[in-house]
Amino acid sequence: MDMMFQFVAMTLKLSIPLVLGAMCGTIAERGGIILLGVEGLMLIGAFSGVLGSYLTGNAYMGLLLSMAAGAVLGLLYAMFCLKLRAHQSVVGVGVNMFASGLTAVLLKVFWQREGMTDPVVSVKNVSVPGLKDIPVLRVLFHDQSPYLYLTFLIVLGVWFVFYRTKAGLRYRAIGEQPFAAQTSGINVNRYRYVAMAAAGMIAGIGGSFLSLSQNNLFVVDMVAGRGFMGLAANIFGGWSPLGSLGAGMIFAVAQSARFYLPDIHIPTQFVQMLPYALTLFILLFVGKKAKGPEALGQLVS
Amino acid sequence: MKTRLKSFAGDLGSSLFSILIALAIGALIILAIGENPAEAYQALFKGALGSSQSFANTLSKMIPLAFTGLAVALGQRGGMLNIGAEGQLYAGAMATTLFALTFPGLPAIVMVPMCLITGFLAGMLAGAIPGYFKAKHNTSEVIVAIMLNYLITLFTSWLVNGPFKAPGSVSQTNPIPAGAMLTKIWGNSQLTTALFLLILFAAVQYLFLWKSAKGFQLRAVGGNRFASISAGIKADRMMILTMMLSGGIAAMAGSTEVMGKYGCFIDGFSPSFGFTGIAVAILGRNHPIGVLLTAFLFGVLDTGALRMGRVTNVSANIIVVVQSLVILLVSAPEIIKFFKRTKEG
Repeated sequence: MDMMFQFVAMTLKLSIPLVLGAMCGTIAERGGIILLGVEGLMLIGAFSGVLGSYLTGNAYMGLLLSMAAGAVLGLLYAMFCLKLRAHQSVVGVGVNMFASGLTAVLLKVFWQREGMTDPVVSVKNVSVPGLKDIPVLRVLFHDQSPYLYLTFLIVLGVWFVFYRTKAGLRYRAIGEQPFAAQTSGINVNRYRYVAMAAAGMIAGIGGSFLSLSQNNLFVVDMVAGRGFMGLAANIFGGWSPLGSLGAGMIFAVAQSARFYLPDIHIPTQFVQMLPYALTLFILLFVGKKAKGPEALGQLVS
Repeated sequence: MKTRLKSFAGDLGSSLFSILIALAIGALIILAIGENPAEAYQALFKGALGSSQSFANTLSKMIPLAFTGLAVALGQRGGMLNIGAEGQLYAGAMATTLFALTFPGLPAIVMVPMCLITGFLAGMLAGAIPGYFKAKHNTSEVIVAIMLNYLITLFTSWLVNGPFKAPGSVSQTNPIPAGAMLTKIWGNSQLTTALFLLILFAAVQYLFLWKSAKGFQLRAVGGNRFASISAGIKADRMMILTMMLSGGIAAMAGSTEVMGKYGCFIDGFSPSFGFTGIAVAILGRNHPIGVLLTAFLFGVLDTGALRMGRVTNVSANIIVVVQSLVILLVSAPEIIKFFKRTKEG
């Protein structure tokens, strides 16, 4: 039972960056922007989180800085895609590389060395009094990262905006039929800019989880593929907020299984392959439903 | 012919312009850090081109980038973005290594070509999957290739940490036989005959694309898939072929690294050659000559960055920033137009 508890607790923790990365992808792609740069957005978030905490001595200022940096980079990303009409997949590759290089350069500027920063004040785990003693739900409330609650709030918020507001309906229409949306008087690009800022902000939060909650420092390239895995979760979850949440959780199970599998003889590489294999399977064999938004990559003038 | 050359020269002009802007932004960053950009760049170019050995090392650094660049360029000519070069080069490197380890007794004259062919075939197989699903089901070749990148990289990682692991703590295979190694051609440098193979591939790619009927069909599909179908071209088959060839060429980046530099397969040896290849291809305007030139430039940056990191306080990673800026600038033709307009007006 204790082992089970630890397993679930670890799965929840590992799901946070994946779900947030997936949410970032869902937001951008439902509006028709191909977002391969989740990885880079998260890396910038991870670095600015540590930087904010280092400069102010307050981990939550780090979180705020990571959100701001993510939003700014998201807007720049959108500018490249929408105003400068750049090849969207290529911009993603460029942003990932840019984030990797820039964070390594800035690391040396602020800490005079390569590789990793000094430890900074991190976001402490919390236990919710009262709730932490309920038998099964305990796992949600005992020694958990505040980021977990933030993640649930974000998923809920995105779901609400997407399916319960007029703006969300319009935004989803933009992702399917941007020209029709434009003809009906919707300012397509304004919606897309706002969405990209939100997507960047959420990716920034996901990145700062890695550096401020899971660790207390920044390591070069510490996102290590979680952005792409989040993107896969977004596809696996059918480009929807709740689907992304579920897929992120499933992928996290595979991730945390690694720590509990040494007894069972499955090589870790095969466990790590699972998210990508599942997503590939869905993409290749489940047919039309797994195609994503109709107008992915389409621009309006 | 003449107009084509002229437009290619114009394209190269805007590429050069993007590089200059990216270097200028890099200089601003160096200045903001409080270092001297002139000093940093001087160290960079001296480190890359300062002696005949460093020049040869630069050439050797450019080889994998040029192969992945050629691969991506061929895909782009056929209308597809091959983002899977990273996985394909791992597939090629592993296939080459396993062939060499399985048939250690072969004489070099048979061994070397067979190693390369095995690598090429493995890359073709890896490229065929995104090509097939793009052609038959219109599934995004980009997403499929990204998933395959991880699957292939992890699979080779399992092979090199499990069944084919050499004794010891390092994740690498046993050394391949000497007969499978490419010959060093420049003193103490790492430069090998892989350079000739690269030039051969670039030349064949040029002749294929612009002097053969199949190459014309490939470019026609890339220009407009549906128009090419009306013209009687079997676009589906052409797209699969494009991705297979592109995968094979990308695999050469891995095979030549194994046969020229490491002499074995090392877990995770590629510092994103596949992704940088996208930059190389786009900056080189998807033309084999352009690819060779930009790969050389990227080789200069990579080789020189080490020296710059040693003699100044600027992190060698500033080069990654410059390279990424180059990608972003060339990905958005509007920027170049904007700069040209302000220059004229």
